[in-house]
Amino acid sequence: MIIAVASGKGGTGKTTVAVNLARVRGAGMVLLDCDVEEPNAHLFLKGEPCCEPETVTIPVPQVDESLCDGCGECSRFCEYKALAVLAKRVLVFPEMCHGCGGCMRVCPKGAIREVPRRIGVVETLKAGAATLIQGRLDVGVAMAPPLIRAVKARIPKEGDAILDAPPGTSCPVVATLRETDYVVLVTEPTPFGLNDLKLAVAVVRELRLPFGVVVNRAGSGDDRVQAYCRDEWISVLAEIPDDRRVAEAYSRGQLAVDALPEYRDVFQALWAAVCGLSRADTDKYGRART
Amino acid sequence: MNEKTTPHELVIISGKGGTGKTSVAAAFAVLATGRAVIADCDVDAADLHLVLAPKLIASMDFKSGHEAVILREKCTGCGLCAELCRFGAVKLSPNSQYRVDPVACEGCSVCVRFCPAGAIAFPERLCGEWMASATRCGTMVHACLGVAAENSGKLVSLVRREARRIAEEQRLPFIITDGPPGIGCPVIASMTGASQVLVVTEPTVSGEHDLERVLKLALFFDIPTSVCVNKWDINPEMTERIERKVEASGARVVGRIRYDRAVTTAQIQARAVVETDAPSAADIRRVWENLKLET
Repeated sequence: MIIAVASGKGGTGKTTVAVNLARVRGAGMVLLDCDVEEPNAHLFLKGEPCCEPETVTIPVPQVDESLCDGCGECSRFCEYKALAVLAKRVLVFPEMCHGCGGCMRVCPKGAIREVPRRIGVVETLKAGAATLIQGRLDVGVAMAPPLIRAVKARIPKEGDAILDAPPGTSCPVVATLRETDYVVLVTEPTPFGLNDLKLAVAVVRELRLPFGVVVNRAGSGDDRVQAYCRDEWISVLAEIPDDRRVAEAYSRGQLAVDALPEYRDVFQALWAAVCGLSRADTDKYGRART
Repeated sequence: MNEKTTPHELVIISGKGGTGKTSVAAAFAVLATGRAVIADCDVDAADLHLVLAPKLIASMDFKSGHEAVILREKCTGCGLCAELCRFGAVKLSPNSQYRVDPVACEGCSVCVRFCPAGAIAFPERLCGEWMASATRCGTMVHACLGVAAENSGKLVSLVRREARRIAEEQRLPFIITDGPPGIGCPVIASMTGASQVLVVTEPTVSGEHDLERVLKLALFFDIPTSVCVNKWDINPEMTERIERKVEASGARVVGRIRYDRAVTTAQIQARAVVETDAPSAADIRRVWENLKLET
């Protein structure tokens, strides 16, 4: 089963949930860190690299000036303004390019070929019994989704995997969540947490994925998140209490389940709840079928 | 101030999410009441409105790019579109019809151009809306990205452009921009051309790691950058380590904000921290003064 851990709001505890789940599940578990702008799971699972990082590239155009007659067909075609023609010469702006390959296809002179442009790396680490695969976007690169797709291409065909999603609700989140089996939305019981939870719920419903909610730092705010979930028939999978010891362990890079063994039960129960509510048992609104 | 002065834009970012950007931005908006336009550039999870309670003045659709739509009556089912699409957006449905998944489509127009039957339409895409509103602190420009929509970077640029236009029109000296988390497209769109950046971080291994990447980004764009450590007393040793790294990087340390549960209480009351007697209010005021925007 492929489970994604996501949230609209940042800092609600996605990574905490993902790494602790991976730890309590142990052997054979693969955690994929899809927050490629700011990957953090490795700070907690602390694995050893088990192979060289793999460079991820996207194809961008290169113009052969000896063949190009400056007709401008490529720049007129490009939806991303990645090519411009000035004084019959084509200028390429690789940082704008999405790698669609259109310019190469429309060039009447066959003067464009594609060359790889590096956007980041995918690293694989052995972290105890679990495997951590993470994407790391190069600083200054805007385009996260192709790197996220490269990370997801390494999801094992068999067995279970957990995806740690980036915050927000736009393209990088959608690229992470697509074609997963279940989404765990982590929130906190505050007005910001609730507002962003509603946005995240709209996204997973749009993608028609089954989902449930984890309330982190329960007790630190008010109870509007729980009331919202009740009204919307959304399963609350777990409540993780507001516990300064968890925050302090986190600040040092320690896992809650390692520093505070009583939390093992919380995450074991969360896993059981997720398995009990996976695709077969919930409808597209995340509601349990009875 | 003479007419030609351009407003000074402070962009608040964090790298890691949830470090307190929006709480700090709301506090600054209150401290700069009557002198700033406020821009919420965290367009895919905007929260500033929950504190500033904006009253809508105007809203506009945000249209950006196009999306491919296969016209069933013209489609011959040749499958070339699926073959050419680099984004895996063309799917064969169970009833053997090709269709474009609008969520995966990046609007490149390759399928539109090469469909031999001319069966693919390419309408403009509605990606969300942006709004100008009145708040107790001044005008606020904010936005709402459509569900699972694209182009958040362009929406961020649009929000900033409008905020600047309004600030110039009202002859206000400042723009306070609440930025998104991360280091990718919307963050780059929030930062480019800003007068200065404030990074709000926290003394955790993730906060430290993400700060390093976001500092690199700010220096890459050559923008004067300051850092404040929120919840510093969760881990004082790490706070000191972070501050040393910040100074070594060429950025400026502008203060510490203590861990304070009253921040959540203020949020629940829809008030900025500096509008309450929360102990951390004094810390945030000091950060504001240290930024020296007013001098």
